Amino acid sequence: MSNFFDSRVARWLDDRLDLSPIKNLVEHKKVPIHHHTVWYYMGGVTLFLFLVQVFSGILLLMYYRPGENSAYESMQFITSKVHFGWLIRNIHAWGANIMVLFAFIHMFSVFFTKAFKRPRELTWATGFILLVLAMGFGFSGYLLPWNELAFFATKVGTDIAGVVPIIGEKLKIVLRGGDDVTGATLSRFFGIHVAILPALTTVLLGLHLLFVQRQGMSEPEFFEELPEAKKHYIPFFPDFVLRDALLWLVVLIIILSLAVFFPWELGLKADPLASAPMGIRPEWYFMFMFQSLKFLPPHILFFEGETLGVLFFAVAGIFWMLIPFVKLQNGSINESKFFTYFGLATLAFMLGMTILGYLV
Amino acid sequence: MTKIGRRDFVNYLLGFGGISAIAAIFYPIGRYLVPPPIREAEPTTLKVGSIDEFPANSSKIVRFGRKPVILIRDSGENIHALTATCTHLDCIVQFSEDRQQIICACHNGVYDLTGKNVSGPPPKPLTEFAVKVIDKEIVISQMKA
Ligand code: HEM
Ligand code: FES
Repeated sequence: MSNFFDSRVARWLDDRLDLSPIKNLVEHKKVPIHHHTVWYYMGGVTLFLFLVQVFSGILLLMYYRPGENSAYESMQFITSKVHFGWLIRNIHAWGANIMVLFAFIHMFSVFFTKAFKRPRELTWATGFILLVLAMGFGFSGYLLPWNELAFFATKVGTDIAGVVPIIGEKLKIVLRGGDDVTGATLSRFFGIHVAILPALTTVLLGLHLLFVQRQGMSEPEFFEELPEAKKHYIPFFPDFVLRDALLWLVVLIIILSLAVFFPWELGLKADPLASAPMGIRPEWYFMFMFQSLKFLPPHILFFEGETLGVLFFAVAGIFWMLIPFVKLQNGSINESKFFTYFGLATLAFMLGMTILGYLV
Repeated sequence: MTKIGRRDFVNYLLGFGGISAIAAIFYPIGRYLVPPPIREAEPTTLKVGSIDEFPANSSKIVRFGRKPVILIRDSGENIHALTATCTHLDCIVQFSEDRQQIICACHNGVYDLTGKNVSGPPPKPLTEFAVKVIDKEIVISQMKA
């Protein structure tokens, strides 16, 4: 890599654009080596999966036709007639789930290694918004094949938006493009999925990565406290990048295997005049919220139980996004421990509710 | 009286202009995103087929204006017509023959055949429609409130 900067092309570019920031990054960025180094790879895997989604999504766009009478049919066409259409569709469907999974793993790993703290508050906040956007991708994309399961899951999901006080009803109508889930909803979700969310994600991802590069890798407390001689690093280029690439390849192989051996069913076409089938469930990453709502009694004081539940998750999400700004009274408790327990409690709640959701 | 300087005046003017410009951009976008209501003549009655073709213990879902309505003939002679959208979270309900009840598969909501919510999460009953049989033809109509 360093000899690239001596090449004539590089010098030509350098004269005009000043490549020194890039050169600096390539030559000086280093990655700490300790027993939590593996978590440094999680953001990169999420990034790779996002790229996989963009590529497979663009390929699907070549044949997909939104619309009540064409969406399902075009998906059938892609999976049964188009060469390798089944493969592209299944990569996109599996990739979506795995990307959300890795975004969660990445988030909790930066939480537990306390990488969210000063000076990385903004990296954390942009990262959280990226996770919300990823969930938005999942929710909007799920409807696009216009099959029965997705149709009812979307009816339920958008109806929940309706319980938000004051703006709920408007919000629901704006989301659905009308009073009910119809072809208008499909058009709207399509626009959200292929234009609005990719644009927002690109901007936030750009910021997120810019912050990460400006700040360098975070070093956990126990590593910082080591004597200088005991701190081991590897260069980011090429050592870490090559390891990244190898891991990306492994992830790609996992997705391909899942796509080949566990293809997604297309199911039955949505029919607004058919009864809901058994087994309507949100996607797994919404399950913890959905299951919690089910446990709430229909009425709490003057509110509907669901209204309180939705408000609770909105507030909890904002709190989680702003958690780097939380300051504890110094002295009384060990801050680092406190965050660890708080994170464990959050994780236990989410996992517990998810498991319950699949058991009952 | 405090005098507003020329500089302040220009700043106010610019600020006011900027806010107006933002409003002028976002107001139409906001309005654009709220879909206009579709005015469809709400029918008051609907013929839904002959009673001979609607055996005991069966059900079907028909469209009444823009709303799905479930039509149920129980084990006897009675025909019930009710809104088919669950009052919980909008799923479409179904008739359970062996329980002689209406159930919603989404979250196990249960209603009786008059639409009363008997168990599960639904907070309200289903709305009933009046059913008449005129010359063997089933006719449903909105009940007067
Ligand atoms: C679309 C989703 C996301 C992508 C593509 C992404 C990508 C990345 C990449 C490539 C890195 C550098 C490597 C690493 O430290 O793992 C990183 C670091 C980081 N990310 Fe994300 N990320 C995403 C979501 C999130 C979420 C949901 C959070 C937390 C709310 C988050 C918080 C952070 C933080 C605090 C760092 C700095 C970690 C350090 O310096 O050690 N990111 N991200
Ligand atoms: S939507 Fe019918 S029980 Fe929930």
